[in-house]
Amino acid sequence: MKSKQFISKVALGCAAAVSLAFAPVHAADIRFGFAAPLTGPQSHYGEEMQNGLLLALEEANKQGIDVDGSKAKFVLVSKDDQADPRVGVQVAQQLVDEDVAGILGHFNSGTTIPASRVYHDAGLPQIAMATSPEYTLQNYNTTFRMMTSDTQQGSAVGKFMVEKLGAKKIALIDDRTAYGQGLADEVEKAVKAAGGTIVRREYTNDKANDFTSILTNIKGVAPDAIFFGGLDAQSGPMKRQIETLGIKAPLVSGEMTRSETFIKLAGGAAEGTYASLAGVPLAQMAAGKDFDAAYQARFKKAPGVYSPYAYDGAWNMIAAIQKANSANPEKYLPELAKLSRKGATSENIAYDAKGDLKEVSVTIYQVKGSVCDHLSGQGRQVGNG
Amino acid sequence: MEIFIQQLINGLTLGSVYALVALGYTMVYGIIGLINFAHGDVVMIGAMVVTVVVTSLVGGDPNVSAWMALGAGLLVAIPVCMIVGWTAERVAYRPLRRAPRLAALITAIGVSIILQNLAMMIWGRNYMSFPQIIHSDVYTVMGARVSGLQIAIVVIAGALMAGLTYLVHGTRLGTAMRATAQNREVAGLMGVNINTVISAAFLIGSALAAVAGTMVTTYYGVAQYTMGFMLGLKAFTAAVLGGIGNLGGAMLGGLLLGVIEALGSGYIGDLTGGFLGSHYQDVFAFVVLVAVLIFRPSGLMGERVGDRA
Repeated sequence: MKSKQFISKVALGCAAAVSLAFAPVHAADIRFGFAAPLTGPQSHYGEEMQNGLLLALEEANKQGIDVDGSKAKFVLVSKDDQADPRVGVQVAQQLVDEDVAGILGHFNSGTTIPASRVYHDAGLPQIAMATSPEYTLQNYNTTFRMMTSDTQQGSAVGKFMVEKLGAKKIALIDDRTAYGQGLADEVEKAVKAAGGTIVRREYTNDKANDFTSILTNIKGVAPDAIFFGGLDAQSGPMKRQIETLGIKAPLVSGEMTRSETFIKLAGGAAEGTYASLAGVPLAQMAAGKDFDAAYQARFKKAPGVYSPYAYDGAWNMIAAIQKANSANPEKYLPELAKLSRKGATSENIAYDAKGDLKEVSVTIYQVKGSVCDHLSGQGRQVGNG
Repeated sequence: MEIFIQQLINGLTLGSVYALVALGYTMVYGIIGLINFAHGDVVMIGAMVVTVVVTSLVGGDPNVSAWMALGAGLLVAIPVCMIVGWTAERVAYRPLRRAPRLAALITAIGVSIILQNLAMMIWGRNYMSFPQIIHSDVYTVMGARVSGLQIAIVVIAGALMAGLTYLVHGTRLGTAMRATAQNREVAGLMGVNINTVISAAFLIGSALAAVAGTMVTTYYGVAQYTMGFMLGLKAFTAAVLGGIGNLGGAMLGGLLLGVIEALGSGYIGDLTGGFLGSHYQDVFAFVVLVAVLIFRPSGLMGERVGDRA
């Protein structure tokens, strides 16, 4: 028994030594930390975000960018935060301990906000997908966004429902996550500001797929439109159930719903659903079309909703490093703050003092004939929301 | 009144699925005293397999009849789930049959994680959609809307439960199962092949799980590798509510839990004047569970009776 234990210890030791020996250590490696849900109900979002980042990093490596006298090799260090705030803080600490040069993540608002403190304390610049307004309101100089904030998106959606759809009575559903709740709160404010009323507010959680009972409540108050803040994996079945229950009011939702997954899941019921998304449609921009083609060639599938924003976010960090000619966070952070470049999702990417994107346009899309088509010019809001 | 009936229908549909899954938990628990946490993931595997089969059939011939496609899906999914359930028992649980219960419980959680990760590797992280081949009519019953699919779910679940009850109470295998549940050693001495009986319980439970998985994916139109976790947890709750180890209890518990959840989220806001909203629906269901367990610690029907199986 003793000798067996000893052997296993030796074996473990050998394994550790081998893994150390093979750990890729290049002098010019610039490592970015990335964290998002890579397992669990939201892992499809994590995957599409990671693909967007990888594409940017691979392109940068191919171009061969000189940083501090040598060709930089950008490497992504991926962590799974399971969309769980507690795990989010743990992996944040791990990333800081692994001495990464910057953070491209997290995905969810709920994980990003607690993790941003860890990164701020370590002086690491962070560009996150999170849309919750609080993220950039913490007076940290290290927080930046890839996406719109909910304030910007929520006000556009709220206005759109009241003014363009002519909906006066609006029902809200949110999934009680920092994202869903935050977005629904902002929509509520905007609806009230535009003269509409919230007739009912219902709640679910981010793992449910039966909404019949809350929808039955909503049916009872006969709203003109229903807004949902939450995942596409939920808005899909929700739309089907809306149809089954015979509710005529259209479903309006945030950017998570503007996805292929939603259209697939809702099937024939998807028709007529509205969804908002930051930026202008990819097909309307030259860089957007290039991105689309490169993504399809690399991953053999269409980019997800978040992929181009992740791609732009990664390029923002690379551009700042290139300009500062250093991957030292202290040196390139000021460059990131005053960055101005053309991306795949926007003609002019620049950050304001808080780290929110300066120029934001929100486009409202509607599902027509199984494709999410943008409503040209409608509900679009340009400027600093 | 309309809303009440609609909520009742919502609850019954949900509850039928819970009940069907709960049967798998309760059968295994009744016989070997193991809470098989991997059962929810067997449901997931069933849902995934059906979705894949039906999707490829519809892809090959868009005019394929819905019942043909579903039947073919089930014909593949049931054996696959049975193999998964049987293998889990044979590989993971049988060696631990004499080990402390905790070891078996943790192994069950391990099996659940393994199944989820296997499914993630095979089918990926994306949500799979179930093709809309079933265009069920929607009927109006006293102002409430009920779809043909919902009726089918309740009827099929009911038929399967009746069949299982007959199997346990009216056949030789059922008698052997009940004997094994009462006392494994003595049943073995009396000539019951315990390994066969336990394997049979896993096979039957897994077949029911495949059907439940088919119902979930056709009704909600979604399948993903994590879907088994919540469903398993709810079904387990239903089994405990009804009295784990008792077949009738699992059915009652499942239906009750579905109805409580639907009515809970429907009325909790109005009853408390908006103080508590529909996000308390799970809390509401668990409060009922706690209340039942305070007064009947072994669940609603969970007396230690001879015929638990």
